Amino acid sequence: MPAYRGTDYLLLDTLLSEEEILVRQTARQFVEELLVPVIKDCYNEGRFASHLVAEMGEMGFFGANLEGYGCAGMSNVEYGLIMQELERGDSGLRSFVSVQGALVMYPIHSWGSEEQKRHWLPRLQNGRAIGCFGLTEPGFGSNPSAMATRARRDGGDWILNGEKTWITNGSVADVAVVWARTEEGVRGFLVERGTPGFTTSDIHGKLSMRASVTSSLTLSDCRLPESARLPGAQGIKAALGCLSQARYGIGWGVLGAASDCFETAREYTKVRKQFDDRPIASHQLVQEKLAWMITEITKGQLLALQCGRLKDLGRIEPAHISMLKRNNVAMALECARISRDLLGANGIIDDYPIMRHMCNLESVKTYEGTDHIHALVIGERVTGIAAYK
Amino acid sequence: MKILVAIKQVPAHDSRLFIEPTGEWIEENDLGYEVNEPDAYALEAALQLREQHGGEVIVMCAGPARVSSTIREALAKGADRALHIEEDDLRHWDNLSVAQLLAKAAQTEQPDLVLTGLQSDDLGFGQTGVIMAELMGLPHATLAMSVEVVDGRLRVKCELEGGWFQYVSMPLPALVTIQSGILRLRYATLMGIKRAKTKEVRKITPAELGAAGEPGITLRRIYAPHSLKQTQMLAGSVQEQAAQLVEKLKHEVRVI
Repeated sequence: MPAYRGTDYLLLDTLLSEEEILVRQTARQFVEELLVPVIKDCYNEGRFASHLVAEMGEMGFFGANLEGYGCAGMSNVEYGLIMQELERGDSGLRSFVSVQGALVMYPIHSWGSEEQKRHWLPRLQNGRAIGCFGLTEPGFGSNPSAMATRARRDGGDWILNGEKTWITNGSVADVAVVWARTEEGVRGFLVERGTPGFTTSDIHGKLSMRASVTSSLTLSDCRLPESARLPGAQGIKAALGCLSQARYGIGWGVLGAASDCFETAREYTKVRKQFDDRPIASHQLVQEKLAWMITEITKGQLLALQCGRLKDLGRIEPAHISMLKRNNVAMALECARISRDLLGANGIIDDYPIMRHMCNLESVKTYEGTDHIHALVIGERVTGIAAYK
Repeated sequence: MKILVAIKQVPAHDSRLFIEPTGEWIEENDLGYEVNEPDAYALEAALQLREQHGGEVIVMCAGPARVSSTIREALAKGADRALHIEEDDLRHWDNLSVAQLLAKAAQTEQPDLVLTGLQSDDLGFGQTGVIMAELMGLPHATLAMSVEVVDGRLRVKCELEGGWFQYVSMPLPALVTIQSGILRLRYATLMGIKRAKTKEVRKITPAELGAAGEPGITLRRIYAPHSLKQTQMLAGSVQEQAAQLVEKLKHEVRVI
C-alpha cells in the first residue's frame, strides 16, 4: 500500500489555509508513525494505547480548540482535521481525545471556577491527568433529562448517589465530570479518583471500540465539597453543550475512518484480478460502489468544513451539528460495509483496517446522540415540533 | 550559537511524476511538496544543538511562494526565524549558481554554523553544501552522522564506506552536510504551529543579493528510465537449448 495521503476528490484543500494543512499533516504523521503500527494488536488484545497519552499531550491534541491554560488555541476547523486524522487511525483513540477535550476540559473551561481551571486544565492538556464524562445511566441513554443520579446538600457538602455507564476512560480517569439531579436542577461535579464512595468497573466483551476503555461509575454516598461543583453549569443544557462539542468532532472524525476504508478498497480493487486477468476495479458494479463512496465522502467533507467555519464564526446551532454527526457517521459506516464487500473474504481479516473501523462505527452511530435522536433534532429544527415522545 | 539551516522543498517522496510536454521538467500542478528528507535531519540537529548550547536557529529556503509551507513547518518545529529567497523558477539554476545564491544569503546572517542535508531527494547532486562552504571560505564535513560542539570546536562523525566512520574536528564557523536517519525527528506540535504564525520570515530576491543565476550547465531533457525487456525463444533439444543459453550468458549478457 502506498503512504496514506487522505481523500480529496474535489480539491477541497483549496478551501484550507496553509496552517490548517500543516495541522492535518502533523496529526497524520503522528497517527501513521505511532498509532498505525500498533493499533491492530491493541484492538485484538482489547487494550488502549496508553503509551500515546503523554505524546498526544505534547502534540497539543487535548483541548486543542480551547484558549489559555496551556491549550493550543486552534480554530474549530483545525480541531476537526485533527479528529479526522486520529479516527483514520482508530475511533478508540479519537474517542479518548474527544472525551478529554470536549467532555472534560470544555466544561471545566466553560463552567469551572478559576481554581478548578488552574488545577485541572494544564494537567489534562498535557496528559498527566485523564478525564471522563458521566452522563449516561443504565436506565437513561437518549433521555438524559430523566437521570436517576441524585446530589443532595449536606451542610456545606454534597452527597452523590447513582450509577453511570458506557463511560469512555472511566476506570483510567483521574477526574470524572459527573452530572446529577439536585433540588436546584441538574448540576455538574468534578469527582476525583479515590474519593470515598466512588468506584469504577470496566465493561468487558465489547466487539467494538476494543482499543478504548469503557466503564461504569458507581457513586455511593459519595461526599464532595461545594468546591467540586462546576459553578457555571446550570441545568441539563450545560451537559448537552458538552455533547455538541464532542459531536462536532465526531462528524469530522468519521471522515477519517471512511477515507481509510475507501482508500483501502480503491487500492485493493486495482490490484485484485478476477475474470480474464482484469482488476476488479474495471468492473462496472465495483466502480459504482467506489463512485458512491467518494461522492458521499466528499459531501461529508463539505458538511464538516461548513460546520467548522460556522463554529469559528460563532453561528453554529446544535441542529447543524446533529446533521453533521448523523449524516457522516451513517455514511462512514456504509463506506466500511461497502469496502468490506469489495475486499471479499479478505475484508473480514485484520490485515486490513476495514472490519475494525466498521465495528467501531457501530458504536459511534449510537453514542453521543443516536442516529434516530439526531433525526428528531433536525425534524424539530425544520418543523418547530418536538417529536421525542 | 547562530545556526543557519539551508532547506529545500521537493516533491513528496511517493508522488506520481509526469514530465512536461517540453521534456524539461516535471508537471508541477497538483503535486504535493515536502521538505527534503536530509534537510529535515539537518534542522533537527540544529534544534538539538540550540537546546544544548543556546543561540538561534534560522532556516533558509529558496523557491517560489509555495515553499512558505515548508518554511512554516520548520518554524513550527522550533526554528526562530526564516529567510525566504524568492525565486519562481529555480529549475534553470545549476548547482553552482544555487550555491552562490545560498552563500550570498547566508553571508547576510554571519552564522557560526551552517547545516544542510547531504543531498536533495529530487536532483540529488550532493554538491550544494560543499560548494557553499568553498564560496564562504568555511571548513566543511559531509555525510555527518552526529555534530557536537566541544570546547568551541565542532566534532563531527562522518560516514565512510563499508561500515567505517571518521571523526573530524574543525573550528567554527563551519558547514556540515547531514545524513538522513541520524536522529528522531520531532513533530510540529499544535502550539509550535500557532507560535510560528508570529515568527519573522525575511524575504529577499536573487537580484537584491546580487546573484545572477546564469547557468554554466543547462538541463536539456529529463525522462523516465527506459526499461527494455526482450524475450528470445530458444529452439532445439534440451541439450542444444542449454548450450545456446550458456553461449548467450557468456558472450551477450556476459554474466558467467
